[in-house]
Amino acid sequence: MLREWFPNVNMEDMWTATYETLYMTIISVIGTLILGIILGLLLFLTEKNNLWQNRFLNSITAAVVNIFRAIPFIILILLLFPFTDFLMGTIRGPNAALPALIIGAAPFYARLVEIAFKEVDKGVIEAAKSMGAKTHTIIFKVLLPESMPALISGLTVTAIALISYTAMAGVIGAGGLGDLAYMKGFQRRDNDVVFACTVFIVVIVFIFQFIGDALSRKLDKR
Amino acid sequence: MISIKGLSKLYKTKHQDVKAVDNVSLDIKKGEIYGVIGYSGAGKSTFIRLINRLEEPSNGEVLINDTNITGLSVGKLRKERQKIGMIFQHFNLLWSRTVYDNIAFPLEIAGVPSRERRDTVLELIELVGLKGREQAYPSQLSGGQKQRVGIARALANDPDVLLCDEATSALDPETTDDILDLLVSINEKLNLTIIMITHEMHVIQKICHRVAVMDQGKVVEHGDVLDVFVKPQSKTAKRFVQQLSPLEHKQDTLHRFITKDENSEVVKLHFIGNDAKRALITDVIKRFDIEVNILQGSISPTQEGAYGTLYVELKGAANTIQETTQYIRTSGVEVEVIRDVT
Ligand SMILES: Nc1ncnc2c1ncn2[C@@H]1O[C@H](COP(=O)(O)OP(=O)(O)O)[C@@H](O)[C@H]1O
Ligand SMILES: [Mg+2]
Repeated sequence: MLREWFPNVNMEDMWTATYETLYMTIISVIGTLILGIILGLLLFLTEKNNLWQNRFLNSITAAVVNIFRAIPFIILILLLFPFTDFLMGTIRGPNAALPALIIGAAPFYARLVEIAFKEVDKGVIEAAKSMGAKTHTIIFKVLLPESMPALISGLTVTAIALISYTAMAGVIGAGGLGDLAYMKGFQRRDNDVVFACTVFIVVIVFIFQFIGDALSRKLDKR
Repeated sequence: MISIKGLSKLYKTKHQDVKAVDNVSLDIKKGEIYGVIGYSGAGKSTFIRLINRLEEPSNGEVLINDTNITGLSVGKLRKERQKIGMIFQHFNLLWSRTVYDNIAFPLEIAGVPSRERRDTVLELIELVGLKGREQAYPSQLSGGQKQRVGIARALANDPDVLLCDEATSALDPETTDDILDLLVSINEKLNLTIIMITHEMHVIQKICHRVAVMDQGKVVEHGDVLDVFVKPQSKTAKRFVQQLSPLEHKQDTLHRFITKDENSEVVKLHFIGNDAKRALITDVIKRFDIEVNILQGSISPTQEGAYGTLYVELKGAANTIQETTQYIRTSGVEVEVIRDVT
């Protein structure tokens, strides 16, 4: 029956594309997590009356974050072509999409990280200071663990945005479900392929949301 | 042991400059519980935060065991802070850590190896009466229990001083008393110096040995708790003392007991310190052929003994009344015979 309804869907292609989508998403989520936390920390710590209070550094970081957040993703990919070519040695395939994905998502996540840190009880940071904690102790043993549920739910939102970015990246030949839907589905008017790819992407989104929610809930002891 | 000299903090804001702490000088002895009382905005929190430099002083110095805290480099200050425990009104526990891990936190900061940490933490949990709750998270504890964790955490690195900023202000009266009892027992057991910030006279009365009264950044009065209670000098101190003995200065109600009859006298008994605990009235009744009629009064227990006043009517033969008042005087209670009220 599936054959009748989806005459043009090739399961092997579907699994390859799913694998590519997952690959792009997971690697870019990891990259976004690292870069986003670094930028978020920088935004937070250089703020007025904070540990590394520094107006200059704060303005620079904020400007970079805001600019990259403002550029539409599809344009970012095109702008980053030379950089991607230099970094990955290619502008095609899943790996070629990674720099744009990470650079596109990290500034967004950085803002969520900053908000999460701002929500950490000032009193707790002060208590740590009163015990003689160094800045890195405050970062790793207070800020990060105390904001963990917010960092995770922020990362879930970002990961879901990244899944849709990977589909867009498909248009420039990055591979994955977006690529499959566009090249094999849309261009050949095979709507069943477009539909199958959509269902797969929605399922992936649901799985990410489910894992994120569960993790965030489990870690929240408030 | 703690010597504070000319300590000031000036906050510069857009609209005005605020002298939150204004030229405060105090000496605090080893092992004493020193209270600082004042109304909201008096500068108490700023003052206590200047001691461990959570706030940088604008002027003056703080010496703890001859270490000049105000002159320390950032690195040395961090080391020194490990020897200055602090507890807070809102406890400031890490919600992400269990009771055990919260208490272990200052030990991690001090670089104590995890095997040694265990013994210290378990000992502290025992000390503050939280045995069996090691694996609970702060959200599963009551306010009083949270403050116990806060106290254990503050004691972890065996500090010389404990700074308490409104440590009981978020607790109900009963829990407040439990926490105050715990602080007294720790003070006695460890000979720990405690600086206690509060806006409640009850706290000062219950546990402090000496007290400073703060108003608008200045210390307007300081001394032994009993002295400040008995003879408050400043307006602020008087207002605080009145909180505790609302019956004071209502002598007019005594009026009808005061007569020309020489077989009846109204006397004011003024208890200061240790003697108030003794069953004086019972003692007097047993010893003399006299009737004692209690009219009004209030007695407040403090760390240095009870203090307060009691108005009684003594009925009996004139010379027995004379002997009785003499006897009460010799037992260390001030006696004032009230002949008329104006
Ligand atoms: N960071 C700050 N900036 C400006 N003014 C402050 C700051 N902290 C406290 N103040 C002011 O200093 C005064 C004393 O505050 P505080 O020490 O918190 O008083 P208390 O603890 O006795 O209620 C208040 O007038 C308060 O507004
Ligand atoms: Mg305060």
